[in-house]
Order: sequence, then structure tokens, then C-alpha cells
Amino acid sequence: MIPVSYYIGLSAILFTIGALGVLIRRNAIIIFMSVELMLNAANLAFVAFARAFGMMEGQIFVFFVMAVAAAEVAVGLALIVTIFHTKQSIDVDQMHSLKG
Amino acid sequence: MWFSETVANSTQFFSLVPWVVFFPLIGLLVNLIFGGRMSEKAIGITACGAAGLSLLISVLQAVSLLGHPGGMVVYLADWIVVGDLAIQWAFQVDTLSVTMMLVVAGVGTLIHIYAVGYMHEDVRHNGDPTRYQRFFVFFNLFIVAMMILVSADNYLMLFVGWEGVGLCSYLLIGFWYDKGKDGIGNALAGKKAFITNRIGDFGFLIAAFMIYVAFRTFNFHQIFEQIQQAGSSFTPAIFAITLFMLLGVAGKSAQIPLYVWLPDAMAGPTPVSALIHAATMVTAGVYLIARSHPLYVQVPEAQNIVALVGGATALFAATIAVGQFDIKKVLAYSTISQLGFMTAAVGMGAFTAGMFHLVTHSFFKALLFLSAGSVIQGIEAGLHHIEHDPRLKKKMVKPHDFDPQDMRNMGGLRKRMPITFWVYLIGALALAGIAPLAGFWSKDEILAEAKLISPTVYGLLTIAAFFTAFYMGRQILMVFFGESRAEPTAHARENPPVITIPLMILAGLSLLGGFINLPVIHTFTHWLEHTLTIEEAMINFRLGEAAEASGQFNPMVAGISTGLALFAILLAWWIYMQRYPAMLKLPPKQRSDDPLKTFIGPLFSALENKWWVDELYQTLVITPYNLLARYLAQVIDGRFWHDWVHDVLIVGGFRFFTRLLSIQFDLGVIDSTANSLADLAKSLAQQMRQLQTGYVRSYALWVFLGVVVILGYLIFW
Repeated sequence: MIPVSYYIGLSAILFTIGALGVLIRRNAIIIFMSVELMLNAANLAFVAFARAFGMMEGQIFVFFVMAVAAAEVAVGLALIVTIFHTKQSIDVDQMHSLKG
Repeated sequence: MWFSETVANSTQFFSLVPWVVFFPLIGLLVNLIFGGRMSEKAIGITACGAAGLSLLISVLQAVSLLGHPGGMVVYLADWIVVGDLAIQWAFQVDTLSVTMMLVVAGVGTLIHIYAVGYMHEDVRHNGDPTRYQRFFVFFNLFIVAMMILVSADNYLMLFVGWEGVGLCSYLLIGFWYDKGKDGIGNALAGKKAFITNRIGDFGFLIAAFMIYVAFRTFNFHQIFEQIQQAGSSFTPAIFAITLFMLLGVAGKSAQIPLYVWLPDAMAGPTPVSALIHAATMVTAGVYLIARSHPLYVQVPEAQNIVALVGGATALFAATIAVGQFDIKKVLAYSTISQLGFMTAAVGMGAFTAGMFHLVTHSFFKALLFLSAGSVIQGIEAGLHHIEHDPRLKKKMVKPHDFDPQDMRNMGGLRKRMPITFWVYLIGALALAGIAPLAGFWSKDEILAEAKLISPTVYGLLTIAAFFTAFYMGRQILMVFFGESRAEPTAHARENPPVITIPLMILAGLSLLGGFINLPVIHTFTHWLEHTLTIEEAMINFRLGEAAEASGQFNPMVAGISTGLALFAILLAWWIYMQRYPAMLKLPPKQRSDDPLKTFIGPLFSALENKWWVDELYQTLVITPYNLLARYLAQVIDGRFWHDWVHDVLIVGGFRFFTRLLSIQFDLGVIDSTANSLADLAKSLAQQMRQLQTGYVRSYALWVFLGVVVILGYLIFW
């Protein structure tokens, strides 16, 4: 049986990759994917702990996260399409009209 | 049988007493609101009816008092309730107030009826028929106020009536406010009466305030009870109260030194002179002293002052009456003189004698005034006749300057106006004190009391009585005897019955009025004794052994005064029947106005000019007062108070202070604080806006850092 710490390590690595992706990349699609990576890293941690402790709550939470992620994808992709229509680009650095 | 039972069960009439006020009030409201659309006849009937119903109620009160002489206080409403002070509108029904009610309503009703005829002519001669309505509104208002005055059960309610009658007097003196000297004379006369009365009212008010301070109440009964229980401990307060009250009495009842308004008050229509300035209002002061008798009997010094003021006024005014030519002015000074008799009587403590003279005087003086009005109107009718007859008009020089009140223009009216002559004669003899007319009994009662109590006052009054007979003889002879001295007088005509019938009733009262208090029987004294309980004891106290004679008929006194009166009339007869026609035969340049002038010369000018009292007051009081007022207005108020204190001190100081506040404090402190706070916020914001890059990634980085910090806090703290 693979110890739970391995799962957690993988989850942390995935989360870090996702976070860095969000912070570093400028392509909206990539940022979006990185966000999904962070969500799934969290899902992995939930499932790992749920299995380790033999409880169902973590697994139920994962389902919630997936549902929210699906909704987020729907909204997010719609936003990206709209941005592309106006700016002819999906570079998020083009969106800086809120600069103080 | 029926009557005695009614009397025995008649207290229920007491509860009707508020109607003595409300009937005239209704009459005046009806005439005030609907009078414009009513005929003259309807207005007159309303006013007379209101006064007549008031008389009916007064008579019912008298009937009730026969069975219950103690009287009653009829509560109507609360007027002022503040703390422990409760002033009610309650009606004092006792023999004293009902006597006054009967006089006011009785004489008042007769004069109302007379006024219906008189004012009908007057508004035509003076050229403004619309004033007919207003006259009766004021007249009914006067009855209302006078009834409030006499029926009050406390000093404050009495003051309401006191001021009310003063107001009516003012309104009616100035009734023809656009007439008189320079078109303003009557208005000035009204003003003079009002202001002089204000001086008296000031005294009354001070007295009322002192009464409240001393007794903590205004109610007659409570005050008098306190005096009876406390004895002499109130004496200093009562002394001051009675003297201030005397000032009020001097104002209202025209005594020295405030009598000067009454002769000028003759500017009003004659019924006004008769009702207000002879029969009723001016006697209010006498009534006030009689009502306050428990106060006066405590302080003999104040009583002496009152008696001397009355006696001096009686003599002083009687002398002036001798030198007057205006028929109403003679009667006005005669009224002042007779009021002096009454004041002297109540001052000496002879309250019943004073009240008795008040009643009889109201009969014969109202009669004399109304007859004088009848004479004036008869002559005005003659003048009217001449002006509409071109042949007669040519003979008369300047008919517009003709004065129908000047006795020098009269003479011989006995044949032209027989009814007026006879009633005038009755009134004059009653006033002169010829037995057995009303004035004889009442005047001799006063003189008899005076002889017992105060020789000085007795002397003053006896000489005044002599002058009274003389000036009345002079007036009768100048007006009714001899030949007519002016064209309108020769064409005068007698007045219609609406005027002569009230005269005849009053003449009857003047003939028989004295019999209400005949010697020995003393009906009126016993009637008033129920109210004036202290009088008897007081006179006994002051007179000691001579008390036996008090209130008794004194044949010597009566003989002296009647003898003097007859002598005076004889003297008048000699001067005005023997000397006057001879004097008139002289050419106009050489003859004087009055035959008396040839005997007493410059003294007559003094009498004619009223001893120059008006001029004296003008010099001593009015001119300095005006100067003082002008000084106060221009220098003290204008220059000092307005220009300096107000403009310089207050406005300047305020401006200086506001400048200090606006520039130094508002700009310096408040504004700079607010501005520097704003600058601080601005510079902070300038720095903080650097954080807002607009790049999503940088926001995300901050969020991550935040999460890291919070997590670090949660894990490692």
C-alpha cells in the first residue's frame, strides 16, 4: 500500500505547478488549466485523506469541487470568448484598465 | 297673600342674575351682526328691549332680596385658576349691588328709549345716518360692562367692568370723532378722558395688587372676613390700599385732581352724557368705596382724605359751573360737584347717605341732561327751519357758526318747549335741594352726617349747595325765561313723545325719588344695612355720645341749606331777570357776556376759564411731560440707546467678534484642520494607488502571499 504522504507530495507538486502557472503565464487558457490543476491537486489531497481515515466526507467534498469546477469552466470559457471578441487576444496582460 | 308667598319662595330668581349681563350682550350682538340690514326702528327696539329685560331681571333680584336680604353669590364660571389663585366669574347679589343694577338698568332703559328719538335727529343734523346702529351697539356694551362692574364679587372682575365702561365712555365721547374744534376736538376729548382715566386705573391696579399681596385673594368676602378676624394688623397695608383706590375713584368719579376729563366728555351725544357721564359710570367710584367700606372704616385718616377731596371737589366744581355758558358744561360741572357730595359722604362713612344721593342724583341729573338735549334739539330744529326759509335766512348772520348749546343764544324757551321747561324745572329744583324733591332728602342727609362728623366738610358742602342753587337758577332763567336772544331759538319746537315721555318718567322719579329714604322711616338705610353692616358700628365709634343723632333728620341743617338755596335762587332771579334785560339793551360793544360779570368782574373770567386748571395742567404736567418724552425719545432712546448702545456697542462689538471668529478661528483653526486632513488622505492615496497595477497576475500574487501569511499564522503561531 502506498503511504498517504506520497499522495500528499504529489498533490503539493501539482498545486505548486498550478499556482506558478497562474502567476507566470499570460495566456488565459493556460491560466485556466493551471487553476484546474490546483483544484485537482486539492481533490487528490481530499481523496487521499479520506481513504487513509476511512471516511466518506472527503470523497463527497471532491464531488462538490468537481461540480463547482464544471460551473467555473462554463463561466470562465464564456468570459474568455467574450474577451477574445473584444480584444482579438487572450493575453490577460491586455486587460489592465483597472490600473490605479 | 300671593305676593308674600312669592317673596318667601323667591330665591330662585337669584340664579337669573347672569342675564343682567347677557341680555344687553345679546342685544349688542344682534345689532352688531344684523344691524346693517335692520331698520332704525328695529335697532332701537332691540337695544331698548335688551336694556328693559336687564331691568326686569334686576327687579326680580330686588324681589328676591325682600325675602332673603342677605343675598347670594351666583357662580357662573372659573375665570383664572393659577396655583392657589382662583378667580371666578360670580355675581354678587346683595342690596348694594342690586341698588346699582336697578339704577343702571332703570335709568339706562329710559335713556335708551330717549336715545331712539334723539339719535334719529342727531344722525341727520350731523350728517351720517349709518352711525345710528353703532351708537346702540356701544350703548348696550356700556350696560354690559356696567353690570359686570356692579355685580362683581371680586376686585379683578370689578376691574373688568371698570375698564369696560371706560372704553365705552371713550368710544362714545368720540362718537362724532370728525367734529369739534378743528375737526379733531371730539377725538381729543375722548383721548383726554381715556388718558385721565388711565391715571386713575393705575391707582386702582396698584390697590388691587396690594390687596392680593396683603390678603392673598381678590374676593370681597374673604378680604373682609380676614380684616374682621385680624383686627388692626393690616392697618398700614389698608391705608396704602385705600389711598391708591382713591386715585382710581378720582379718575372714574371725576374728583380733584383728575376731574378735568368730564367737562370735555360733553362732546359725546347728549344721551351719552346723561347715561355715562352723569347717572351711572361716574358713580362707579362712589360704589367702589361703598363696596370697600370694611377697608375704609379701618383707617379714619384715609376716610378724612376722601371726605376732604369730595368736599373740595363739590365746592370747586360748583363755582366753575357758575361761569359756564355751554348748557351741557354747566351740567357737567354740576355732576362733578354732586359726585363730590357723594364722595364726601362715603368718605365720612355715611355710606347709605352717599348711595342715597347716588340714586336720586342719577334720576335728576339724567333728567337734566336729557332735557338739555331736548333743548339743543329743539333749537337745532329751529336752525333747520331757518336754513330752509330764504326770508329768515337773510336775517341771520352766519348760521353755520351758530352754537345751539350756548345759553347766551337761548332765552324764552318756556313758551316754545313747555314740556321740556317743566321737567327741566323739576330737575333743577331737585338738584338745588328744594323740599320735597329728591335732591333735598339725599343732600340733607349728607349735610346732616357731615355736621356730626366733620365741620370742615360740612362747611364746604353747604357753600357748594348754595352755588348749586345759584347756577341752576341762572341756567333756568337764561334758557327758559326772558326773550329769545337768537333767531333759531325763536323758532325752536317741542320734541316728539319718544323724547318727552322718558323725561316725564324721570321727572316723576326726581319728584318722588327722595321718598325711598324719608327721615324716621329710613327704608333705604334699612335696605342697605344688610350689606353695609359695619357702618352703624363705625359711626357710633367715631361719634361717641353724638351717635344718637346719626342718620336723624336735622331741622337746622335742612333749614340752613334750604334757606341758602332759596336765597341763591332769589339772587339769580334778581341778576338774570332784572339786570340781564337791562344789560342787553346796551350796544353790543359795551355789554359783557353775563350780568354777573358786572358785579364780580375778573373773578367771573376766572370762573369762565375754569380757574385755568386746564392751562395749569398744561403748563405743570403736560408740557414738561411732553418735553421729557421728547428728551427720552430723541436723546436717551435715539442718541444714547439706539445710536450708541445699539449701533456702536452691540452691533460694533458683534461685528468685531464675528470678524475674529470668521478670520482667526474659522479660517485659521477649523479650515486648516479640515484641509490638512484632506491633504493627508490625498498623499496616502497617492502612494496606495501604486499597488493597483491592473494586472491579474499581480493581484493573484497578493492573494497567494496573503494565503501564505494566514496559513503561516495558523500553523506556526
